[in-house]
Amino acid sequence: MVMFLIGTTGIAIALLLGCLGETITEKSGHLNLGMPGIMSIGTLGGCYGATLYVSWFGEQTSGFFVIIFSLLVCIFFSCLMGLIYNVLTVTFRSNQNITGLMMTTFGAGITEFAMTKGDFINKSSVAVVSNYFKTWIPGLNLEDSWLSLFIGRGILVYVALILAIAAGIILNKTRIGLNLRAVGENPSTADAAGVNVAKYRYIATFIGSSIAGIGGYYYIIDNLSGSVGSYPNIVAIGWLSLALVIFTLWKPILSILGSFIFGALYILPTKISGISLAQMKIFNLLPYIMTIVVLIITSALDSKENQPPASLGLNYFREDR
Amino acid sequence: MTNAKEKKISEPLFHIEKRADFPRWKGWLIRIAAFIAGLIVSGIFGSITLSTNPFTFFSTMIDGVFGTSERFWIYLKDSAILLGVSIAIVPAFKMHFWNLGGNGQVLMGALASAAVAFYLRGAVPDSVQIIIMIVASMLVGAIWALIPAIFKAIFKTNESLFTLMMNYIAIGLVDYFILVWFPKTGSYIYSVSKTLPSMPTLGNPYILPILISCLLTGFMYIYLRNSKHGYEISVVGESENTANYIGMNVKTVIIRTLILSGLIAGFIGFIICGNAGFQINSDIVAGRGFTAIIVTWLANFNPLIMVFTSLLVVFFTRGAVNTRGFYSLTTNAISDITVGIIFFFIIGCEFFINYKLDFIPRKKGGNK
Repeated sequence: MVMFLIGTTGIAIALLLGCLGETITEKSGHLNLGMPGIMSIGTLGGCYGATLYVSWFGEQTSGFFVIIFSLLVCIFFSCLMGLIYNVLTVTFRSNQNITGLMMTTFGAGITEFAMTKGDFINKSSVAVVSNYFKTWIPGLNLEDSWLSLFIGRGILVYVALILAIAAGIILNKTRIGLNLRAVGENPSTADAAGVNVAKYRYIATFIGSSIAGIGGYYYIIDNLSGSVGSYPNIVAIGWLSLALVIFTLWKPILSILGSFIFGALYILPTKISGISLAQMKIFNLLPYIMTIVVLIITSALDSKENQPPASLGLNYFREDR
Repeated sequence: MTNAKEKKISEPLFHIEKRADFPRWKGWLIRIAAFIAGLIVSGIFGSITLSTNPFTFFSTMIDGVFGTSERFWIYLKDSAILLGVSIAIVPAFKMHFWNLGGNGQVLMGALASAAVAFYLRGAVPDSVQIIIMIVASMLVGAIWALIPAIFKAIFKTNESLFTLMMNYIAIGLVDYFILVWFPKTGSYIYSVSKTLPSMPTLGNPYILPILISCLLTGFMYIYLRNSKHGYEISVVGESENTANYIGMNVKTVIIRTLILSGLIAGFIGFIICGNAGFQINSDIVAGRGFTAIIVTWLANFNPLIMVFTSLLVVFFTRGAVNTRGFYSLTTNAISDITVGIIFFFIIGCEFFINYKLDFIPRKKGGNK
C-alpha cells in the first residue's frame, strides 16, 4: 500500500506541475499544446545542467548547488520554448493550435536527438543529482514506512504542492490574478481597463513553461531516479496533464486532487495482482475517458465558473472588431 | 495603473495595422523567404550538431529522397498517404472545427481493417474481405469523428480537447486488441500458415495509394469549391452567426462534415493498414494526424496546394531517414527538428502577410 501511494505521488506530482503550467497559460487565453514538448525540453535542460555542473565541480559537489543549477538550466530551456510560443502566438498572432503542435514535435525531437547522441548528457551526472533528491534531509532514513510518504519525498514534491496552492490564491484573490483572468476571458475589456494584454500573456506563458519544465525534470530526475532513457514517457505525461487541466476545471487547488486521482489510475493496474496485460491497457484509458466525461458535463451544464477561459485559443489584436 | 507615479509616456516604435489588400505574389514571396531562412537555420543546426557542413547535410537529405527510384517511390507513397490524411481533416478545419483527432480516426480505421483480417481470414474470398474491410474502416473512422461532433453541435463542447483525448483512447484500444488477439506474443504477427488478402497492386505497390490520394484531392477540391455543402462549410467557418442568420442549420453542417471527414480518415486507415500487410500497432499512423494539420494549414485549406505542402513535409521526413544512416544516428529526431525550425519561420511569416508595421517617426525631445 505504501509503495502504491509512493508510486502515485511520483506520477501525480509530474502531472500536477504540467497541469499547473498549462492552467496558468490557459488562464491568459493561450492554449499551449506545446506542453509535452516543453516538459521534454525542461528535462533535457535539467539533465544538461547536471552534466555541466558535475563536469565543472566533480561528483563530490554540494547537493544544494547542483540542484539549483540544474533547475535553473531546466527553467532556462523551458523559457526558450515559451519564448518561441510567445513570439509566434502573442506577437505574431499565429494560430495557437498549429504553433503548439509544432512545438511538441520540435521539443520531443530535440530531446530525443540530444538524449540519444551520446556525449551531450552524462547519465552518471544525472544520477548524482537524483541522489541528492533522495537524501536532501540529512540523516533521514525511513525506508518504506508510512512516515516516508509525507516527509521522505524529494523537495520538488513539496514545492509543487506549494506552487499549486499559491497559484490558486494568486489567481482568485489578487489583483494580478484578476487581471490575468480578465486577459483570458475578454482581452479587449482588459485592454480598455489599462491591462497590458501582451505582457500578461508573455509572463503567464513563461511561468507556465517553467513550471511544466520542472514537471518533466521531476519525473526523470527525482521520480525515476535519473533514468534518462525514459524520456519518451514525458510526452505521454504531458498530454495527460493537458487532460488534467480540463478534468480539474482550470482550478489549481482542485488540480492537486485531480493529479492524485490520475496518478493512482496510472499506477493502479501495475499493482493489482492477477490483472492481465490487456485489461491493464483498458485501465489506462480511464483518465482520458473521465476527462471527456468532465468536458461534456461542464459544457452541458453551461455554468459560468466551470468553463474554459472564454477567449482560449484566440489571439488578441486591438483593432479587430 | 491607478497609482499616479510619474508616468513615462513612451511612444511605441511602430503601429500594427491589418493589411486590407495585399497582392498574392508578395505573400508567396514572404513565405518563400521565410522558408529559405528556416532552411538556413536548420542547416546551421544540423551542421553544428552533426559536425558537418550544411551542403553535405542537405545533399544527404536530397539523396534520401531522389537517390534511387525505390526511394523516390517511397517518397511519393508517403506523401500520398499524408495527403490523404490531410484531405480527411480539411473540411473540418475549413469549418474552423479544430479536429486534433485525425490520428485517432485514421488509427481506428486501421484497427477495423485489422479486426476484419483477424476474424474473417480464410472465411470469405479475398475480394469480399477487402470490401468488408473498407466499409468497416470507413464506418469506424466516421464514428470516431462523429462522437465529438455531436457534442460540439449540441453542447458546444470544446472539440480540440475532445478530439485530442479520442486519440489516446484509440491508441489504448489498439494496444488492447493486439493483446487480446495475440496474448502470447503481444505483437501483431501472424503465424506463417494464415493467409491474408493482399492489396491490389497496379504495377507496383506504391501506385494505389498515390492514385487514391489524387482522386480524393480532386473530389475534395470540387466539393469544397463548387458544391452547396462546401459553401455551407466556409460560411460556418467564417461566422457561425452569419450561417444562423441566413438560415443554415449549423448543427447539421457540423455533423455532416465530420462524418465525411471520418469516412475519409477511416479509409486512409485501411490503406495504411493494407500497406503494412494488414498488421497493426498503435504507432502505425506515426503522428500523421498531427502533421496533416500543419500540411492543411500551410496550404490555407486548399486541397490543390496541399499536394505541394505534403510533398514538402515528407521531403524532410524521408530525407531525415537518410541522414540517420549517413551520420549513424539512432533515431529520426533530426527530421522533427528540421521540420520544426522551418515551420516556425513559416508560421511566423504569416504575420507579415496579414499585418503591416507602420514605423512611427521619433519625435525630438522624447517625453511629452
